[in-house]
Amino acid sequence: MTALHDAPLTVAGREFRSRLLVGTGKYKDFDEAGAAISESGADVVTFAVRRTNLGQESGTNLLDVVSPDRYTLLPNTAGCYNARDAVRTCRLARELLDGHNLVKLEVLGDDDTLYPNVIETLKAAQTLIDDGFDVMVYTSDDPIVAHELEAMGCAAIMPLGSLIGSGHGIQNPHNLRLIVERSSVPVLVDAGIGTASDAAMAMELGCDGVLLNSAIAHARDPVRMARAMQQAVQAGRDAFLAGRMPRRQSADPSTPFAGRING
Amino acid sequence: MTQHAIQLNGEPKSLAPDTSALELIEQLGLGGRRIAVEINEEIVPRSRLADTRLAHDDKVEIVHAIGGG
Repeated sequence: MTALHDAPLTVAGREFRSRLLVGTGKYKDFDEAGAAISESGADVVTFAVRRTNLGQESGTNLLDVVSPDRYTLLPNTAGCYNARDAVRTCRLARELLDGHNLVKLEVLGDDDTLYPNVIETLKAAQTLIDDGFDVMVYTSDDPIVAHELEAMGCAAIMPLGSLIGSGHGIQNPHNLRLIVERSSVPVLVDAGIGTASDAAMAMELGCDGVLLNSAIAHARDPVRMARAMQQAVQAGRDAFLAGRMPRRQSADPSTPFAGRING
Repeated sequence: MTQHAIQLNGEPKSLAPDTSALELIEQLGLGGRRIAVEINEEIVPRSRLADTRLAHDDKVEIVHAIGGG
C-alpha cells in the first residue's frame, strides 16, 4: 500500500508537518509544559512577551524548555487591547528572536470575553504588514472581517471556535465553513477547543490547522491530552480529505441481501 | 555627580550618568539572557546596546519570553 500523502501546512512560505499548533501557558511547571508540547507533535509553539521580573529572576527561561532550534516560536500579542501595544509587542518579539518575523496578532476587546477587537486588529495588521511581519491573525468568526484581513495580506486567518479558555468548542461551524471556503490563505481555529472531538470537527470542516493551549494544559493529564489532540487533528484532516459519505434518510444495509438462507 | 532618573519596566530607578543600556542589563543580572530592550518605545537592537547611553527621563522596557497561548 502506498503511503497516504498530505501537503504540509504552509504559512507565508514556511512548511510545517503538524497541523496542531500549541501554546505554552497555564502549565504547572516547565517540565510539564515541555513534555506535553513534545507529545503534541507540534512544530509551532506560541509564547508571550512580558517585562522581566527584576530582582527575582529564576534560572530557567521558557526558551530553554521550548528551544527555537527545535520549534518555530510564534510570539503572541495576548493581553494587548489596542493596535499600538500589539505592534510594540511584535517588534520586541522580533528583537527577542533575532529577526524572526512570523507573529500571532491578537488584540482583545474586554477582560470578560477576551473577544477580539477587530477594529484595532485591522489597524495593527496593516502596520505590521507594512513593517515586514508575516501576520497570523486571531479574529472573530465573521467571514467579512476574515476576508478583509486576507485582502490586507495576513498570512493566516485564525477565527475563534468560542471564547478563549472557555473549552466550549466550535459554536458556529457554518461561519467557519464560510471562512474556509472563501480563503486562499490557511484558516486555523484559534481558541475555544475543549477536547479532541472539537479539534477533529475543526479539521473536518476543512480548516488547515488548530491552535490550542488550555485544552491540553488544563486537562487532568496534559501529556495524554496532547497525544489525543495530535491524533484528533490528524483524524479530522484525513476525514476531510477522504470526503464523508452522503447522509441518507433511510437505512442502507452494509451486508448484501442476495444469498440469504431464508430467501 | 547627579544621578539620572529613568523609568525601568514602569518603576523609577536612578542611574549613574553615562550608563549604557548594556551596563544596565549587566547590573540587573540579565547579561547573556535572551531579552529585548525598548527605550522610549523604540527597539534597541542587541548590537547597539553597548553604545546606547541612557538619558534622564528615559522609559526603558526589558522583556523576555513567558508561557502564553
